[in-house]
Amino acid sequence: MQDMHQDDVVSSCIEQVLVYHDDSRRKVYVADQEVPFPEGKLIVSRTNEAGIITHGNQSFVEMSGFTEDELIGQPHHILRHPDMPKAAFKDLWDTLARGEKWSGYVKNLRKDGAYYWVLATVVANIRGGEVTGYTSVRRKPSRERIAECIELYRQMRLEEAS
Amino acid sequence: MKPYTMTVSPDFMPDYIAGWYIFNTWLQRQLGQSIHLELYNDFATQREAISRDEIDLIYANPFDAAMLVREKGFSAIAAPQDKPDEVILAVPAESPVKKLDDLTPGTRIARTDDPDVNLIGMMMIESADLKADNTHVQMLDSYVLVAKALFQERADLGFFLKEAYESLSDFVRSQLSVLLSSEIHVVTHVLLASPAFTTHQDELRACLLDMPHRDKGQGVLDSMGLSGWQLQAQEDTEFMIDLMDTLA
Repeated sequence: MQDMHQDDVVSSCIEQVLVYHDDSRRKVYVADQEVPFPEGKLIVSRTNEAGIITHGNQSFVEMSGFTEDELIGQPHHILRHPDMPKAAFKDLWDTLARGEKWSGYVKNLRKDGAYYWVLATVVANIRGGEVTGYTSVRRKPSRERIAECIELYRQMRLEEAS
Repeated sequence: MKPYTMTVSPDFMPDYIAGWYIFNTWLQRQLGQSIHLELYNDFATQREAISRDEIDLIYANPFDAAMLVREKGFSAIAAPQDKPDEVILAVPAESPVKKLDDLTPGTRIARTDDPDVNLIGMMMIESADLKADNTHVQMLDSYVLVAKALFQERADLGFFLKEAYESLSDFVRSQLSVLLSSEIHVVTHVLLASPAFTTHQDELRACLLDMPHRDKGQGVLDSMGLSGWQLQAQEDTEFMIDLMDTLA
């Protein structure tokens, strides 16, 4: 996956390097700037079995800051924010592997370096008894839960770094 | 030979009851099949009939689509054109609640038994930290009664199917205030056919998609409050079921 570009991001971004589960790396720029979740809407995207984005609704595209063409074919972790602990995504994949639905609060990174919080739920798409992909639906999270997650995720990242 | 049985999700607008009977007559002529229209007063009674395998065609609420498709083997035929199920959260006009975050635990919710509206409604208030265990729910028989509960201040918040809210009289709506309207777009009622109807599925699908151009078709659509039908592939329905599953 390509690094983020300084030309795309808002001012006052900080450069960081994300290391993914497969040890691949991506340079990202993050800003302390939140974009509010659109009221009454759902952010919906679908991936194939490997987590590659195959579909996204208009809210998904708009909130990401990317164009649809830039998103389709990319790994879903193009939206990964460095403030998210790796353990959250391990839990996501472990839960789906058990055939269960996963739900959690996620801070997503936009193309412009800003962020948005969501309450995400992911289910496997089972067709003819086989997993053919995943559907992720994000809704507006509660501010109280977000406040709890900010602290929880900070502690989890500290543990992961030690 | 025993006629096929068609039913309609009990949340359809009462104004369109006659329209569904007219549609059934029209459809029988188009398909050359005998079809009996059976309407149920509530979702529970309709689900009992489904569980007894008494239904061959159903204009189904999206909430019930999962059970019909995945447990009963129903197939997607068509969905109404430009008619997604959207939800309106409304409060009394004089309510101090002006935005979702103003809602507090103990909120009294008025709603009907419409399952997809209730699912989406509860999902929408979740961001205000409201759930089933810190709200009080009143189940009412119609959206008119939900509106009445609000303006008589017996409830603080009402869940409405958007179409039902918009069909309330101007007087009733003037006593309410819309807090939030969903914009989900992809949740819709869907016409499903049972495995027993398999041999007629293609003909039914073609007939519905061509309905505005067939004899009396447009008039029948008007009487049902529909502008037309659009193809609903099985995968479209499976996707909607997956989406509903994430909200449950």
